[in-house]
Amino acid sequence: MPGTPETSLIHARGLTKRFGKLTAVDSIDFDVAPGEAFGFLGPNGAGKTSAMRMIGCVSPVTEGLLRILNLDPAIHGPQIRARIGVVPQSDTLDTELTVRDNLVIYGRYFGLARSEAARRAAELLDFVQLTDRANDRVEPLSGGMKRRLTIARSLINEPQLMLLDEPTTGLDPQARHLLWDRLYRLKQRGTTLVLTTHYMDEAEQLCDRLVVMDKARIVAEGSPRQLIDEYATREVTELRFPVGIQETLDGQLEGLGERVEKLPDRVLVYSNDGESVASAAHERGLQPETILVRRSTLEDVFLRLTGRSLIE
Amino acid sequence: MTALLAPAARSYEHMFLLYRRTWRGSIFNSFLSPILFMLAMGIGLGTFIDDGGTAALGVPYLQFLAPGLLASTVMQTASFESTFPIMAGMVWTKRYHAMHATPLRPADIALGQLGWIATRITLVAAIFVAVMVAFGAARSPLVVFSIPVAVLTGMAFSAPIAAFAATQDRMDNFSAIFRFGITPLFLFSGTFFPVEQLPAYLQPIAWVTPLWHGVELCRDLSLGTIGADPLMALVHLAVLLVFAGGGILATLMTFRRRLVK
Repeated sequence: MPGTPETSLIHARGLTKRFGKLTAVDSIDFDVAPGEAFGFLGPNGAGKTSAMRMIGCVSPVTEGLLRILNLDPAIHGPQIRARIGVVPQSDTLDTELTVRDNLVIYGRYFGLARSEAARRAAELLDFVQLTDRANDRVEPLSGGMKRRLTIARSLINEPQLMLLDEPTTGLDPQARHLLWDRLYRLKQRGTTLVLTTHYMDEAEQLCDRLVVMDKARIVAEGSPRQLIDEYATREVTELRFPVGIQETLDGQLEGLGERVEKLPDRVLVYSNDGESVASAAHERGLQPETILVRRSTLEDVFLRLTGRSLIE
Repeated sequence: MTALLAPAARSYEHMFLLYRRTWRGSIFNSFLSPILFMLAMGIGLGTFIDDGGTAALGVPYLQFLAPGLLASTVMQTASFESTFPIMAGMVWTKRYHAMHATPLRPADIALGQLGWIATRITLVAAIFVAVMVAFGAARSPLVVFSIPVAVLTGMAFSAPIAAFAATQDRMDNFSAIFRFGITPLFLFSGTFFPVEQLPAYLQPIAWVTPLWHGVELCRDLSLGTIGADPLMALVHLAVLLVFAGGGILATLMTFRRRLVK
């Protein structure tokens, strides 16, 4: 989506971050429109966090153009930070303070009066369903609760833009779904979300549009559906063979579908009709232990683009 | 000026909030222990020393010891407050990183932290001086001014140590600071006996480190002898200011380097 610094909430051209000889972000271009949920998808070390830190105005841009809210982070860092909410990858809550005090003091950083900070804290605790823990210390809270508190904290300044760096990494499925639900509500209210993730399901659930990053570069861009349509087929047939058999099948798998991907533990066959691939495999005399036909996901897109799976 | 310091005041406020929850744990180390130490050494041991006559020191031992102990105690609290709490902010709870995601700048965060340490040690110094006065350990009303001098002495340690602590990932080097820095200075910077008693080759160490200057100033104020050598008093003050000022600049730099990457 082409944009200008005036129309986009975030506008990046040739954005680059180097640490000494290491290039963490290598000349990436992207725009994030107001109200959009935008994702950086990629494996660990792809440059997602470095990009997020530059957007969060805590990491200087090495090269290229970056405008956030039409402001230059090199000059207006504090002013930009005043209008965004950040959920960092690892929790930075003060575990010795109470749940409520964590929110109130954070509001104070933004210059809110104590009474206003307390009012918003109460509201936000309600929003993330932590009201009954308001007076408890943070230390004993579960991982999911701490994440929810961090999200509440990032909302204390009523930000136009939220940056979420791997918001659900390490959480159990229940906690993730609760978190997704809250983020979805924020999106409905018109808050712009920018998130990084290495979970395909998370990107599919939350992102209107995403970029796939690999080795510091953007390798694809689009909505989850567009990316799947462009880089994967409609369906995938997963064939799992007994240990040691897969290596002996050279030549017998080719042509089963549009494309065949051999992973260490299974073979993926891409086609628009997974069932007929399964029958064709039987006709060829192949005897997989299990066969699974499923719809393509962003994981398949990533595999196609990079030849590697997302979580390595 | 107030607008300039308002963000730093918010970083300070966080420390205040934390202390409100944890102050009980600091009562013994910061307040009771140094006062008991002063009374045991000054009155208990002091009675023996004074029995041999007060000619050597010119005053009862308690009055000699107490202002020195004031400066040393503040040094110790200030040093401790500049190691682990800074590491917590950078590495453990990452409090500083959370602050930096908001309009606060690294300089605001650093100044708020140092300002809080100054408050903490002002409290320690004020209570210590009150006890000194109550037990007749001070000879002059000028002892009141030994409170800000002790705080300055504390900052002459706090600021350089905080600057260093902000660069550390683990607490390993902190014990070295106490073992090879704070504890020897505590013992040999004129707190318990005049540095002239030290071997001549060790005396320069006292001259180039801040504690001796703080001890001498506090003692001259408490004994009321500050007017005897005003030039020397200015030298003491200048040394303390250089250490504290240099340390503050260094802290601003290391906080910035650590947080802006």
